[in-house]
Amino acid sequence: MRKKVFGIFLLTLLAGYISLPKHVSLFGKKFDRIDLNLHLGKFTLERNFDLKLGLDLAGGSHLVFDADTDKIPAEKRKEAVEGARNIIEKRVNLFGVSEPSVQIASFEGKNRIVVELPGIKNTKDAVNLIGKTAQLNFAKVQDASPSAVLVPTDLTGADLQNAKVAFDSKNGKPGVSLEFTKEGGEKFAKITEENIDKPLAIVLDNQVISAPVVQEKITGGTAQITGNFTTDEAKKLTIELNSGALPVPVQLIEERTVGATLGTESIQRSIKAGMVGLAMVGIFMIASYGKFGIVADVGLIIFGVLTLALYKLIPVTLTLPGIAGFLLSVGMATDSNILIFERFKEERVKRPWADALEVSFGRAWDSIRDANIATLVTSFILTNPLDWQFLHTSGPVRGFAITLALGIVISLFTGVVVSRNLLRVFIKDDTQPKKI
Amino acid sequence: MNWMKYRWLYFLISLAVAGAGVFSMIKWGFRVGVDFTGGSVLEYRFDEKISEETAAAGIEKIGFRVTSVQKTGEETYLFKLAPIARADKDKITQLLPNSVGSSLNELRFENVGPSMGPELIKKTLYALIISAGAILLWVAYQFRSLKFGVSATIATLHDSLVLLGAFSLLGHFFGAEVDFLFVTAMLTILSFSVHDTIVVYDRIRESQKKFGSDMYFLANKATSETMVRSLNNSFTIIFMLIALILLGGSTTIWFAVALLVGTISGTYSSPFVAVSVLVTWDQIEQRLKKQV
Repeated sequence: MRKKVFGIFLLTLLAGYISLPKHVSLFGKKFDRIDLNLHLGKFTLERNFDLKLGLDLAGGSHLVFDADTDKIPAEKRKEAVEGARNIIEKRVNLFGVSEPSVQIASFEGKNRIVVELPGIKNTKDAVNLIGKTAQLNFAKVQDASPSAVLVPTDLTGADLQNAKVAFDSKNGKPGVSLEFTKEGGEKFAKITEENIDKPLAIVLDNQVISAPVVQEKITGGTAQITGNFTTDEAKKLTIELNSGALPVPVQLIEERTVGATLGTESIQRSIKAGMVGLAMVGIFMIASYGKFGIVADVGLIIFGVLTLALYKLIPVTLTLPGIAGFLLSVGMATDSNILIFERFKEERVKRPWADALEVSFGRAWDSIRDANIATLVTSFILTNPLDWQFLHTSGPVRGFAITLALGIVISLFTGVVVSRNLLRVFIKDDTQPKKI
Repeated sequence: MNWMKYRWLYFLISLAVAGAGVFSMIKWGFRVGVDFTGGSVLEYRFDEKISEETAAAGIEKIGFRVTSVQKTGEETYLFKLAPIARADKDKITQLLPNSVGSSLNELRFENVGPSMGPELIKKTLYALIISAGAILLWVAYQFRSLKFGVSATIATLHDSLVLLGAFSLLGHFFGAEVDFLFVTAMLTILSFSVHDTIVVYDRIRESQKKFGSDMYFLANKATSETMVRSLNNSFTIIFMLIALILLGGSTTIWFAVALLVGTISGTYSSPFVAVSVLVTWDQIEQRLKKQV
């Protein structure tokens, strides 16, 4: 029995360590929490113990794009949206956002691409970049008058091998250098050969970005786009070209952007609310159940530490509703103890003290199990782990349900296993005179 | 204690509370949030002291109609507008400092297209139906009786109705909005309510083995035995929620209120709706049996 209590103590210590913030200062000295970094032969285990915060807490953008698949035959729509998703993901990665998430949400024939960009400051640029179709085409220009007609050639963005920012050797202006695939290079050679002394328009999303006059046949498989670019614009253009054209046009239909300051304030407020709430619950438990209440409170602290550690280990992305779910599960975590203690009050008059304790745990367990399974069922549906498209696949509901479910599972452990062992070891029967 | 003697009173209380809610829902409806209707939310923090009216007037001067303003902190206001494009938002952020005479910080921008609402409502309804169905089946299976399952489900529906009614009233008088978080609260209360009911049912099942099958007697006994536990458990949850309401900030305040209303209703409904319905159902069943 004492072994078990010792095990619980060790587990709490370990979880407590993981729960620590990155930098701890103690007596004026600063300590750093060391992250897990294990190397055993080929086996590597690395884990950073930082809490993952959602967009509403860390700041960032949640963007929903509607993919317009009307012009695509029904059987190819799924593939097209899938393709668009991959390209958007590429663009976001090239844009340099850390840990972005790009998901498809389809519901009743509508296809949405949900993009989450944590910690991003300039949403405007990101939205413009993601939403661009980026359809590149080289077009012949028939008669060089203002009413010129563009005739698209078969050379498109699909023939590109790579695009990069390059500076003009003469005037130092930024531009984009294109490198074609082998096939693309041959097409380009043929087109330039046929159009010597004529302009060749480079068209992006139906807009001519430049129309240089071809001097000679170009066989090297490379081309330069020069226009009035800033370095930044040239860089964005390369991202668009390298990630490829979107197979379907997309339109921004929902946006939620939260600044980092608001998130920090939310965290501070939630911590304060949590502390005050926890203190009230703690006092209430002691007031109602005396030393049993102290055991329940110790269980509650262990519950808090374990939960926080698990959030970090799984990891759970914590959102504001998620914090609410956690706080609610704290309230529910005491329920197991209350059930057991109330039961104990009844059983104590019927049988010896130690027996009464064991019987209370046994009897109360039925209620605890049945009741918590019902809550778990609901949180399972809300979490929607199988990504059923007819339920919510993202957003606050999910964040809330995950922390609630986790809270219930951990509270079953702390409420039943932990407090049972603590009670057995630390609370002695004081109603009987001690035997010598 | 003879709890079940006063069933008429419990039904009357439930009827009155739910009735007030239904009345409000019919007369005033709901104050529906941006999540469902579509629209824009802008939150700014100003560097100078500025009144709500000045701030709203500042945006109107730029040419956008403000549907509501809410103070969310010191010199921090949250504005709601009809859906606007990103470029319009940039325009407001750029021109507002001049318009109100204070530099500012953009804290939040949300824009939800009008097409998202019906989708959310459908998905929520599905979640609600599946959860309620799963709970009904679980309770009916666990207690080997459809009677138990249906009574528990009636209690959870009662709580949902009370919560909806309460938010219609709170919306009319205090501007509480029905949004995505409200929906989450409602689904949570669904499970909390049944959690509580199962605890009482469990005592009925346990006593059944010892004391026979007189439902009226069993229900009274179980209600007495679980009353303190039920109240104490609710208190701990209520403490957490009150802390969240008072200190948690404006984003979660109505969410916490919804959970609070649901918790109170859920605590009440377990003995006084679920068990009362169960007893009444049982009595009707017995009477019918006698007639046959």
